[in-house]
Amino acid sequence: MRIALFATCIVDAMYPATAKATVKILERLGHEVVFPSGQACCGQMHVNSGYLNEAVPVVANHVAAFDTADYDVAVAPSGSCVASVKHQHPMVARSCGDAALEARATAVGAKTYELSELLVDVLGVTDAGAQLGSYFPHRVTYHPSCHGMRLLRLGDRQSRLLRTVQGIDLADLPEADQCCGFGGTFSMKNADVSSAMLQDKAANVESTGAELCTGGDASCLMHIGGGLSRQGSSTATLHLAEILASTMEEPASVTGEVRVSTGKALR
Amino acid sequence: MTTFLGMPALPAYGSGNLFAGETFPAAAHRELGNAQLRANLGHATHTIRDKRQAVVSELPDWEQLRDAGSAIKESVMATLPELLEEFEKNFTARGGVIHWARDAREANDIVAELVRETGETEVVKVKSMATQEIGLNEYLEEQGIQAFETDLAELIVQLDHDKPSHILVPAIHKNRTEIRDIFLREMPDADPALTDDPPVLAMAAREHLRRKFLTAKVAVSGANFAIADSGTLAVVESEGNGRMCLTLPETLITVMGIEKLLPTWQDLEVFMQLLPRSSTGERMNPYTSLWTGVMEGDGPQNVHLVLLDNGRSAALADGMGRSALHCIRCSACMNVCPVYERTGGHAYGSTYPGPIGAILSPLLTGIQAEENSSLPYASSLCGACYDACPVKINIPDILVHLRSVDVDSKRGTKKLPSQMDVGMKAASWALSSGKRLGLVEKGLPLGRLAAGPDRKITRLPGIAGGWTQSRDIPAPPAQSFRDWWAKEHRDAGSPGQPDPGHSHEPSRDDKEAQQ
Repeated sequence: MRIALFATCIVDAMYPATAKATVKILERLGHEVVFPSGQACCGQMHVNSGYLNEAVPVVANHVAAFDTADYDVAVAPSGSCVASVKHQHPMVARSCGDAALEARATAVGAKTYELSELLVDVLGVTDAGAQLGSYFPHRVTYHPSCHGMRLLRLGDRQSRLLRTVQGIDLADLPEADQCCGFGGTFSMKNADVSSAMLQDKAANVESTGAELCTGGDASCLMHIGGGLSRQGSSTATLHLAEILASTMEEPASVTGEVRVSTGKALR
Repeated sequence: MTTFLGMPALPAYGSGNLFAGETFPAAAHRELGNAQLRANLGHATHTIRDKRQAVVSELPDWEQLRDAGSAIKESVMATLPELLEEFEKNFTARGGVIHWARDAREANDIVAELVRETGETEVVKVKSMATQEIGLNEYLEEQGIQAFETDLAELIVQLDHDKPSHILVPAIHKNRTEIRDIFLREMPDADPALTDDPPVLAMAAREHLRRKFLTAKVAVSGANFAIADSGTLAVVESEGNGRMCLTLPETLITVMGIEKLLPTWQDLEVFMQLLPRSSTGERMNPYTSLWTGVMEGDGPQNVHLVLLDNGRSAALADGMGRSALHCIRCSACMNVCPVYERTGGHAYGSTYPGPIGAILSPLLTGIQAEENSSLPYASSLCGACYDACPVKINIPDILVHLRSVDVDSKRGTKKLPSQMDVGMKAASWALSSGKRLGLVEKGLPLGRLAAGPDRKITRLPGIAGGWTQSRDIPAPPAQSFRDWWAKEHRDAGSPGQPDPGHSHEPSRDDKEAQQ
């Protein structure tokens, strides 16, 4: 299968290791990965902040990048950005009265998948250890991000994959379904409430005794990791793509580019 | 001779207790400082949340019920003028009197005049959101009429001269010790030895209220539903105080928003399953009262209904926001909301707090009224409210819609663009082209430099300082993914400009590039 990677702007700029891990997983399964170079961002920051006019060129750019490239399906290591592509893009096109863009956006959305959705539903991965060679001998807790959970209805796809990683010690996160408080510009416009939500999420992460908190959205992980870092916690965050890509021969590195600012490398 | 008075100016927005007097972030900042409030709220919302989840999970057709509720409400909004006329005809035919009120002021005037006509100076009240919305109690007091709330929690709030902070549990922000103190201070007939044991407190309120029920000649209520094809009104409650008010006095005045209509009795069946489970987490509420006009020798002989618009027509005119009028005031959305849980209801200013309030208040008043434009931003868009809503109001989508209404309403009105305006414009430029984003990403090493040896950014200026007040930002990578990919594929594409269709070679060892 020819799979187009939508890296998402935050992963592209801040967490390139997550995109590299996504490529690795897909290639390990024998698929070809392409990177449509015109891509930039899904535009949900603009849409969710009320800047619909400013979102239009961002959405149009994404649609142009992905409806010309030759591929079977597109994938992104983010539930939130995929939800935006699927649900917001046609709405933005409609709001500016561009019926042609709406139709193209709907078509792109229909073949765009979140990573775990693609792995489980399309590529038939049921055992990450056996099928991907995933090996990650660490105590990890998992935060299911809101948009993956409620907009894409990912259910237990991500946690099922994590559970089948060899060597992993997956600790249940208390109040896992509660928002971490990120919410894009909400974290700045309503910084106090957002911080109060983050405080509770960070306390729940700490209570598990995990070395790492993982999840399917780099933005939420940056938020949780940023809070943990500020509190001087030794718990870091790592995207689930990197855990799935980690093998016995080539373990995930939490130093270098992937380091999440805790200043502490994995044992 | 007829005189054409012209069409009313549209949209006619609502008035009354629908306004945030200060911005949500400012109000939230203050409320977050109240540790007792946060503890009370956290405990109370989690308890109701769990109860709701338990009774909702036991219904195999819950999702179908939600669909049915949503569909019925959608059809009501699509045929509201016809349904209102049908209701008016049937209610009038059975001896009731209909009054139409455009806004809070008109509704208050009508009620005050109706009470004055009875010669009474006291009324008993059933808990009602519509009368909170229009500020009826305060208005009546100005007119020399005393209104007594008879719902226990509403009574507590009234005795304390406070405002409700939740639509179902108005005193959710108070604990039992505070309640005992309020009773001792404000209830003239309270036993000085009163304890803070909940049954003791309930009995004290009961004795206090019983005297009012038996002497009151006039009652004021709201209504949960109005059935158009028979002219019937319905009140759903837990304590039985409503039943007392609706049956004992001679005059009954009901104030109801025009959106509360249901076409037929059969439609009520759906909502009587949705409402109790979503609100109190019960399979069925203890008391459901239904009345159809006047029954000679039984119950109130003067039955009035004030049909309240107060901005509802304006909300109806907003195609994207209209479904906020589907709300049946169950409060499930606020009980699951992580923002409400931490700030409480007072932070929203309006009678309607929580996620539904964040959309309903600005829809009823217009986005530019007071600080109501700050309300749609009071959400991380986590979507828990939409999942809990028994009539499937897509609150996150409407929040986003109202944010764009807010942004658009301010375009061109400001002398200087806000930091957010400037940031969004710049981001739109950078994020609408792969090439431009690639250019911006060339600056990542600068951010890395700024992060310093501990590899984190701990302080940012301006609105971004909101982020760094409680979170660090990791040092950016030395190279973006895009850049890495382009270099990996240099052999196949032109340098720095990867061939959009070119694939990554699976055999290539990228370990080196990752370091």
